[in-house]
Amino acid sequence: MKHDIQLTVNGDTYSLAIDPWRTLNQVLREDLNLTGTKLGCGSGDCGACTVIMDGRSVSSCLTLAVEADRKEVLTVEGLAPSGEELHPIQEAFIEKGAIQCGFCTPGMELSALHLLSQNPKPTEKEIREGLSGNLCRCTGYNKIVEAISVSADRLNRKTSKRKSR
Amino acid sequence: MKQSGFEYYAPQSIPEAVDLLSNLGENAFVMAGGTDLLIKKKHGMITPDAVVALKQIKGLDRISVGPKKGLYIGATALLADVAANAGIRKNYPAVADAAKNTANVQIRNMGTVVGNLCNASPSADNAPSLLALGATLSITGPQGERSLALEDFFTGPGLSALKPAEIVTAVTVPPPLSNSGTAYVHLSARGKVDCSAVCVGAHVALKGRKVIKARLFVGACAPIPMRTPGAEKTVLGKIFTEKLAENAGEVASEEALPITDVRATQDYRNSMVAVMTKRALLLAHKRAV
Repeated sequence: MKHDIQLTVNGDTYSLAIDPWRTLNQVLREDLNLTGTKLGCGSGDCGACTVIMDGRSVSSCLTLAVEADRKEVLTVEGLAPSGEELHPIQEAFIEKGAIQCGFCTPGMELSALHLLSQNPKPTEKEIREGLSGNLCRCTGYNKIVEAISVSADRLNRKTSKRKSR
Repeated sequence: MKQSGFEYYAPQSIPEAVDLLSNLGENAFVMAGGTDLLIKKKHGMITPDAVVALKQIKGLDRISVGPKKGLYIGATALLADVAANAGIRKNYPAVADAAKNTANVQIRNMGTVVGNLCNASPSADNAPSLLALGATLSITGPQGERSLALEDFFTGPGLSALKPAEIVTAVTVPPPLSNSGTAYVHLSARGKVDCSAVCVGAHVALKGRKVIKARLFVGACAPIPMRTPGAEKTVLGKIFTEKLAENAGEVASEEALPITDVRATQDYRNSMVAVMTKRALLLAHKRAV
């Protein structure tokens, strides 16, 4: 039996009828054409499929789409504030050369976003721990850690500017 | 992940969930976080006709810590929330450590402590510390509610004492004794995200410098997370010293029954049971004084 769900992705709400065994990853990629979210291992080890659901990073390959009903999902397509500018995490990834083949990048960036939402000033060790569920086959980890550190600084500066106004 | 062919139910209460499981028969599976269930399905280890999801049941994710009631972790409380809970970190740091060392960030945001126990893996990260603390499971089934010591729960790899249509609704731990401490230490090939090759939970209570209570459990070194009673006897009634912890480790190593698998060899595990038991005892003792 198909289930009717309401899925909010990057601020847009979709009404869908889906088979209960389909994963959030499949629905994002196949039904909504949001192919920025990748599918790697399919078993929650590699983090390529990471999305943010109701404020937490989750593996979309292990999340049944029915369980995302009435929840808010953020994918990499929704990370940039507009079509004109990138999110500070994305900017830092480009500047620091934290992108090689790019396959792990969406998952890395969303894990970074989750980490910084919980811990705005992470140490290098905390950044590495925060990325423990994301694998990069190009092994560009140092650049990725650097990029997240730089974006944390910039986001903190933005926040303190806003506060001092 | 390719998934096919099951019905999905999201009951709003435990009695409703038990009814569903009774009516759907043995090929209906309970799902909390789904991080083990869906992988088992993918690998063809199970072929569920139905999945009964617990996450919509209100209040089932409750975590509470109190001086009289002890620790309560509901069936759908997330690993991430247990790991970050200030009360647990203060009063039951071994429980928080075990949750924090389970899998990776995303899995901890989806998976649950109780689910980790119910999956009944011999290497379950959350088992040794809760066993050492003398935890109890609250279970609801067609015959009503019952309590079961966690120690009597595991019956083999992936097997538990749960009867058909029963659901574990919570794991509880009594309030800590004064001058007691518990520790969880583990070892795995990649250090953080993979299954433990050896893990140890240790609980000690002291009177002065004398050990008046000791509970030691080793994970991933037998078909179930196993108790090492000989090692406990080694320290019980004695003045705690580093040498005593080392002796207990050696006894634990003789008691453990590890095999060689993808995560570690039998020899290595035997050696590491001694080391990890010693370390767990030292940390538990440090927390007790």
